[in-house]
Amino acid sequence: MREIGSDPLSEKPRGVACSGPDSAGSVHDIDWLRRQLEKSQGRQFWRSLEEIADTRYFQEFLKREFPDQASEWHDPVSRRNFLKLMGASLSLAGLTSCTRQPKETILPYVRQPEEIIPGKPLFFATAMPLSGVATGLLVESHEGRPTKIEGNPEHPASLGATDVFCQASVLSLYDPDRSQTLTYLGDICPWSAFWGAISVIVERQQARQGAGLRILTETVTSPTLASQIRGLLARFPEARWHQYEPASRDNVRAGARLAFGEAVNTTYHLDKAKVIVSLGSDFLASGPGCLRYAHDFADRRRLGADKREMNRLYVVESAVSSTGSVADHRMPLRASEIADFARALGSRLGIAPLRSGLQNASPVLGPSYAAWIDGAVRDLRSHRGASLVIAGDHQPPEVHALAHAINQVLENVGSTVVYTEPMEFNPVDETESLRGLVRDMDAALVDLLLIVGGNPVYNAPADLAFAEKMGKVGLCIHLSLYDDETSQLCHWHIPEAHYLESWSDARAFDGTVSIIQPLIAPLYRGKTAHELLAAFSSQPERSCYDLVRDYWKSQQKTGDFEEFWRRALHDGFIANSALPQRSVSMKAPVVSSRPLESSDGPGTMDRESSGLEIVFQPDPAIYDGQFANNGWLQELPKPLTKLTWDNAALVSPATAEKLGLRYREGGSGGEAYADVVELKYLGRTTTAPIWILPGHANDSVTVHLGYGRWRAGKVAAGTGFNAYALRTSRHPWFSMGLEIRKTSETFPLATTQLHHHLEGRDLIRSASLEEYHRDPEFAQPTEHPPSMAPSLYPEHKYEGYAWGMAIDQSSCIGCNACVVACVSENNIPVVGKSEVLRGREMHWLRIDTYHKGGLDNPETFYQPMLCQHCEKAPCEVVCPVAATVHSAEGLNDMVYNRCVGTKYCSNNCPYKVRRFNFFLYSDWETSSLKMMRNPDVTVRSRGVMEKCSFCVQRINHAKIEAEKENRHVRDGEIVTACQATCPTRAIVFGNINDPNSQVSKLKADPRNYSVLGELNTRPRTTYLAVVRNPNPEMG
Amino acid sequence: MSQIFHPSTNTISRVTIFGSLFIIAGLVWVVAQVNRSPYVTQANVAREQPVQFSHKHHVGDEGIDCRYCHTSVEVSAFAGIPPTKTCMNCHAQIFANSPYLEPVRESWRTGKPIQWTRVHDLPDFVYFNHSIHVNKGIGCATCHGRVDLMPLTWQVASLQMEWCLDCHRQPEKFLRPRDQIFNMAWQSPPSQIEEGRKLIKEYGIQSAAQLTSCSTCHR
Repeated sequence: MREIGSDPLSEKPRGVACSGPDSAGSVHDIDWLRRQLEKSQGRQFWRSLEEIADTRYFQEFLKREFPDQASEWHDPVSRRNFLKLMGASLSLAGLTSCTRQPKETILPYVRQPEEIIPGKPLFFATAMPLSGVATGLLVESHEGRPTKIEGNPEHPASLGATDVFCQASVLSLYDPDRSQTLTYLGDICPWSAFWGAISVIVERQQARQGAGLRILTETVTSPTLASQIRGLLARFPEARWHQYEPASRDNVRAGARLAFGEAVNTTYHLDKAKVIVSLGSDFLASGPGCLRYAHDFADRRRLGADKREMNRLYVVESAVSSTGSVADHRMPLRASEIADFARALGSRLGIAPLRSGLQNASPVLGPSYAAWIDGAVRDLRSHRGASLVIAGDHQPPEVHALAHAINQVLENVGSTVVYTEPMEFNPVDETESLRGLVRDMDAALVDLLLIVGGNPVYNAPADLAFAEKMGKVGLCIHLSLYDDETSQLCHWHIPEAHYLESWSDARAFDGTVSIIQPLIAPLYRGKTAHELLAAFSSQPERSCYDLVRDYWKSQQKTGDFEEFWRRALHDGFIANSALPQRSVSMKAPVVSSRPLESSDGPGTMDRESSGLEIVFQPDPAIYDGQFANNGWLQELPKPLTKLTWDNAALVSPATAEKLGLRYREGGSGGEAYADVVELKYLGRTTTAPIWILPGHANDSVTVHLGYGRWRAGKVAAGTGFNAYALRTSRHPWFSMGLEIRKTSETFPLATTQLHHHLEGRDLIRSASLEEYHRDPEFAQPTEHPPSMAPSLYPEHKYEGYAWGMAIDQSSCIGCNACVVACVSENNIPVVGKSEVLRGREMHWLRIDTYHKGGLDNPETFYQPMLCQHCEKAPCEVVCPVAATVHSAEGLNDMVYNRCVGTKYCSNNCPYKVRRFNFFLYSDWETSSLKMMRNPDVTVRSRGVMEKCSFCVQRINHAKIEAEKENRHVRDGEIVTACQATCPTRAIVFGNINDPNSQVSKLKADPRNYSVLGELNTRPRTTYLAVVRNPNPEMG
Repeated sequence: MSQIFHPSTNTISRVTIFGSLFIIAGLVWVVAQVNRSPYVTQANVAREQPVQFSHKHHVGDEGIDCRYCHTSVEVSAFAGIPPTKTCMNCHAQIFANSPYLEPVRESWRTGKPIQWTRVHDLPDFVYFNHSIHVNKGIGCATCHGRVDLMPLTWQVASLQMEWCLDCHRQPEKFLRPRDQIFNMAWQSPPSQIEEGRKLIKEYGIQSAAQLTSCSTCHR
């Protein structure tokens, strides 16, 4: 067995089974891969470059489910060894059974709170702010411990769904690496010392009118915080308030200013949009309102007996996003070319180009795109008032202005596009705001810097040298969840209260205000931003509860405040607080041909510079780095690349070929050894492993922010490279001028793309809308129909309930929320990078990603894969100890306490959904993590197999409640964790014996099919085939 | 050459071979018995408690209903252990100075909970729900025995899976009318099996197949 970490390139491939050349042993001969793809006409779908290359390593990996473990038995087993092992295991197994249960104590309440019934969870409405913008949540609380996050079905930004960040935030709350004490210069300090120091500071600042006081916050949408800051600025008129957010929406705001001369908030009504064009926007999976947008988009797309029409989505983008991957038409363009595309689109729709000299934008894009634009333009034109053009958050202001202009021309304003007042209280250009602060710091004008949340030392643009300038600040106070990079350079570090520990408020994407209420008292006596700012007011020691409540009391002039307050807390938002729609008028210059601005503005790019483009994006798993210490998110396979624990420089196959970059899989479990490159940009360099992403724009390199932290906690330590090191304030999102130099090193990346591969069988079925209309039953198998021949196993008639699931693959956008929800609900452990490298990640639910078509712009299909709960389950018959058996309601039960870890079941599972605890992956020691666990699900030990249980704890709960009322479980009463969190409602669970249940109706849909149905396993989980709606005119 | 073994060895070896079967069977039996014995199951062993609380006195003599203290037994998986407040409802007045009750008063004073020793301790991979049992005709005494006769509480059942399955396979053997659930002294009638079958229908109790599915109790 080879060592992990050794370079497999040094081994000569022997006995390569495929017909390729010797070099086929790696994914670097892109040209050869292309030819392979063209040759293999029999196979429509592919999952990874490795699969096409079909190398020796890949085949070996396929053959052995757990390759590392399997090789231990490659030595010929001698009789003596066999006896030794058998004897040892017999005696050890016998010994472990000789234990008595340890004594356990019960600690009842002294005074039991009225609402709490021990053993029954309570749900409280609250909201999670991310970059200031709130998502409404319902949080499950067991005897005062928040354990699981659900979306708030009544909140406009959630509608019951959540994203990965909300789901994982409960782990951040209990993170043992959170900062737990107040420190001064790194030494633990009592709070009294802090309050004392503050009062001295306040006095000193008061004398100077606050001339040396600077406050740095993240984006503020909280009405209470804004009013506090206003009050503070009134008390200290010379003080300044700065805002900075690494994943800021500066360009969105600047675009609105450019178009309308004022800051407005743009929201979209995707439920009314029939044709959507995205200009580099990932509106389905990132940014404010994405959950709502995804919901409305999927609703408009859902086919059924009475619904035969779909919306159509056109996307131009550089890296493949969730939105791009489900588009009907996707064109890879470099981020900097999207402006050209927008101009071309605008000019075709009758808007004069924004800049002289760019009238002929189309040639920039090349003639092959003309047809694409033609099709999109015709489609947009024929759907006036029901079309929508969305500019990406990271696109320059000009593109936003163009999108506004196009929407106006297409009469979409008021129907699919709505303008409101800004949701931010001070919609400044945050990069400029930070620049101003740094200028003052440099000039030694700052006596006191109050950093309220955020981590600017780590994530400020590299050219501002924020860390360096910190030395010139008199006194620095940092409020933060973690003792992080910024805390290290600050004098005072104050542990921040997590949002689940705080009273606060925040606005959602449409302005709806949520009151954030705590689920638990601060675990480490953390303080909120409200309490820190209150220290500078005339009433320094007020609690955040009083501050928030008093603010709203002052706002509530009429009516009963108590009733208003209770309703707001109960509902999770203040009714009718969405910002009202307002009319805007287009500033004349936008539609004139006058050049609007120089290319020096933020976010615009130098067209002159050539070479490679670098694109910065917040990481899809750990965002801007604030979730870097969250194991659930670190281990979450990122959409499309399926990378875990690291980021990489993403390049297209053609660019990789041009630059001679490659990676190749190793033999031990699907790790990829990627070439390490040196990225040089504006004189700054960093090294990064590469990743080849089919569908990425050529000559463009995408890097994800948030990794390479040097003071973030045990989980984040040593993961990825720091892309902020290259990021400048002038071009925070993309720019030309990147140089790449290949180094001689390789780096092992843990990708799950290769794991649990189902060997190219007929798993995904897809059609265009036209084909679907012609033959709605296109998904029904013709080659290998599931045989109805008598089975060797006895037939069983399921009376009563028969649980089943249907997953509409047309709706799935691959956002991963279900994966994290499953982890949270079912106490699934984090295994770490080295174990993922061996193919041992424990996720019960994975999103299999398939591609169709060429390497340069393939179509993408998602298939959430979980235990199929086969009626004739192959796993059950091979278990020697009956640890996996069938329930009377058709569940494939897994009995942990019986399992002896033979792994026969997982060997025999055609869907590869069983996970084995090779080690004690669950943390049984850390006390804060024990509080997080779902008490209704066993925490597994080592040596035990596990897999999706259809959330049997939720099934049993609903059944017990129904039986107590002498009735049947109602349809929709049982909602699995994955189903509950899905923004597009792709997953439906229920009783298939009830013909009127939602799941039965879906299963009756002609698109419904079983994966590997020909094996006659009769899975209870079935899939609805993908239908896309390409423009028939575009061929 | 003389014989190595004496002829009697034949008999000895036969007896040994034959006997070893009995010895092995005996050992298996012993292990099985030890496993079911109170040493392992802790059945019939009264537990020391921080307060010498007597169910016999409170239930048997005073006639306090189970639900006065175990408030959530009808609605929750957990029957509920009373908060110190429940004790103090009476003991602020009665036996207010009894030295036996000092731990209770201490808890009341300090706000620190009393640390009771768990008597009925199921393994952590078993998810028992009180509410469904008492709502479907299983009396308290069926599993907990005559608590009204116990000075210090002990468990009467082994709480082993075979004991659970005994009822889950044939619930009719143990069902009683709903109005008798909290009656400690209820005796099953001679026609228990027929009565039980009637109650199964009336209460809509699941089939034995459903009741014995692994995921009914294990998750």
